[in-house]
Amino acid sequence: MLDMSPHPFENLPNRPGVGYKPQHFSDILKDARPVEWLEIHAENYMGDGGRPIAQLKHLAERFPISVHGVGLSIGGESPLDPDHLARLKHLVGWLNPASFSEHLAWSTHESAFLNDLLPLPYTLETVARVSQHIDQVQETLGRQMLLENPSSYLAFAESEMTETEFLREVSNRTGCGLLLDVNNVFISATNQQTDPCSYIDDFPLENVGEIHLGGHDEDHDDMGAPLLIDSHGREVVDPVWALLDYTLAKSGPRPTLIEWDTDVPDWPVLAAEARRAADHLEQISA
Amino acid sequence: MAAKTDQNGFVAALLNPDCPAPPTLRDPQGGPAGKRFDVYRNNVAVSLTEALQVAFPVVQKLVGAEFFKAMTGVFLRQHPPKSPVLMLYGSDMPSFLANFEPVSHLAYLPDIARLELALRQSYNAEDQNPINPNALQSLAADRLMVARFSFAPAVRLLQSEWPIHSIWRANTEADAPEITIASEDVLVVRPELDPVPVLLPDGGARFIAALQEKSSFGHALEKASAEVEDFDLTATLGLLLANGAITEIHDEEIR
Amino acid sequence: MSNHMKALAVAGAVAAAVASTAAPAQAGGKEKCYGVALAGQNDCKAGPGTTCAGTSKVDYQGNAFKAVPAGTCLSIELPGGRKGSLEALDRDVPA
Repeated sequence: MLDMSPHPFENLPNRPGVGYKPQHFSDILKDARPVEWLEIHAENYMGDGGRPIAQLKHLAERFPISVHGVGLSIGGESPLDPDHLARLKHLVGWLNPASFSEHLAWSTHESAFLNDLLPLPYTLETVARVSQHIDQVQETLGRQMLLENPSSYLAFAESEMTETEFLREVSNRTGCGLLLDVNNVFISATNQQTDPCSYIDDFPLENVGEIHLGGHDEDHDDMGAPLLIDSHGREVVDPVWALLDYTLAKSGPRPTLIEWDTDVPDWPVLAAEARRAADHLEQISA
Repeated sequence: MAAKTDQNGFVAALLNPDCPAPPTLRDPQGGPAGKRFDVYRNNVAVSLTEALQVAFPVVQKLVGAEFFKAMTGVFLRQHPPKSPVLMLYGSDMPSFLANFEPVSHLAYLPDIARLELALRQSYNAEDQNPINPNALQSLAADRLMVARFSFAPAVRLLQSEWPIHSIWRANTEADAPEITIASEDVLVVRPELDPVPVLLPDGGARFIAALQEKSSFGHALEKASAEVEDFDLTATLGLLLANGAITEIHDEEIR
Repeated sequence: MSNHMKALAVAGAVAAAVASTAAPAQAGGKEKCYGVALAGQNDCKAGPGTTCAGTSKVDYQGNAFKAVPAGTCLSIELPGGRKGSLEALDRDVPA
C-alpha cells in the first residue's frame, strides 16, 4: 500500500476527474485510472456520519476532491440560508477540498427548496445580488469559489447583458473563479439559437478553474425548435468534444470533469469517458 | 424597460401547472416560453419524486409505483423540502399519509413511513463507539440499578400498533415469515454502517424509552416489568449490546 | 421478590445478555465502507423531457389514484381495522 498519511491536495490537476457515485467506491479504490480527482455534491455529505462520510474520508486521502454545491441558491432573491452556509463551512472546514464551486442559479424560495437550478435575468440588479452572495460565501469559507455557467432553456425579457458579460462582471467584482460547463454552453447556445464558439470567445477563460462535460437529451419546443435538456444521463456528444477542443486550444489544459447523474453506468463506461477527456487534454499539452 | 420577473411568480407557476408561465420568459424569437418553462416544472417534480422513491421504497411497494408517483405529486407541492439536504427529505410523509384520503384504509402506512424515515436518519447519524459488553457485567448489581445509559445517535425507537417489522421484512426480504396481526415495536440500530430494524420483545420499547429519557436501569426495569410481567431483560439487553446501541454507562450516584 | 433476589436475577440476566453477544466480526477500515447508498442524492442534472410529472394536474378522481390495487401488498389491507381478518395476510404476501 502507498503512503497512507493524509496529504492535502492543494489544487485540482489539469487532468480528468469524474462526479463520484457511491456505487463506484470499490472500483475507484482498486484502479481509478485515468481518473485523477473526484467531485462530490456538497449536500450529500452534510449528514452527521455513517457511510457517506466514511467513504469520503477514504477517498480524500487518495484523491484531490472538488466540492460542488447544488443548494446554496446564490441567485435567490432571499438572503442565503445561514444554516446551509454553516453546514457548508463545516464540510469545507474538515475536508479542506482542492476546490469549491456552485451554480449561477437559484433553488430556494422563502423556506422551500425546489431542487432545480432555476434561471436568472442578466441585469445589473442581479449582478449586485449574486456578487453580494458570493462575497458572503467566500468570506464565510475563507477561500475563493468557482461559479458555474447554467444550461438555459429560455430567456428573460428584462435581461440587459449577455451571460458572458454577466459572469465577467461578477468575477471582477468578487474575485471568484469560474467553472466552465462546455456541455451547458452547447445546450444554451442550441436552445437560444446562438453560436457556442462565440460564447467561448467572449468567456473570461483566464478565470476558469475547472471544466465540466456531460451528456444531454434532445427534445423540441412548441415551435419544433430543438430543445436540449441537461440530463447527465449518457456519453458526451461529439460536438461537445469539439467545443472542448476549441476551448482548450484557447485556455490551455484545465481540470476536466465528466458528470453522469442519471442511469449511472458501470465504472468502465465512466472511465472510458474520462480516458477520452484525457486524450483531449494530452492533445493540447503536446 | 421590460417588466421584472419576480421569483414569487416564478415559483407559483412552477408548482401549479394551471398557472401560466411568467410573461417575461421568452423563446429565442421573443415569443412566450411555453414548453421551455415546463423543463423547470418537470425538473422540480421529477427530482423530488425520485428522492421520495429512494426514501420510501416500502411505502411505494405497498401502494404501487403508479399510485406512489401520483401521490408524491401532491406531497411535494404541499411539503416541498425545507432544506437543500435531500437525504432527510420527507419528514412530513407520515402525517401526510395519515391524512391522505385515498390511503385512509391503509392505517399502518404512516408507521411504515416512520420506520423508513428512521432508517435514513440512522444511516446518516453521527458515528460513536459503543461500550464493551463486559463493562456492563463488571458493574456491581447495586451500582447497575442506579446507572444511566447513553445511546448511539444512530438508534431510533418506534412503537406501533401494527406489525411494522413483519410488513417491512415481507417487502424487503426474499423469505420473510408470514405477517401476523400484532403490534410490533422496533429498534433501529446501526452495528456498523448499515441500519437494521430489530424486533423488540414485549416491554422492550418501554425499557428502552425509559433509558432514553435518562431513567436509571432499575427504574426502567420496573416500568417494563409493570407493563409485561415476564419482561425478557436478557433478550432486550442482548440486542442492545450486540448491536452497539449503548455508548456510555453513567454509574455515579445521581440524586 | 426481595431486593437481593431481584439483584441476583438481574445479574443473571446481564451475564446471559453479555454472553449472547459473541464479539461481532469487525470489518475494519475501508471494507466496511463498501455498500450501497441508502438515502436520496442531490445532484445537478435535469429531469427527462418536458411534459410528464411537472405538468400533470392533480386529479383526485383521476386514474392514478384508482391505481391503488396495483400495489403489490394489497393483501395486507385490513378492512375493519387492526382486528381484521388474518386470512388475507396468509396469502401471497409480497417479497
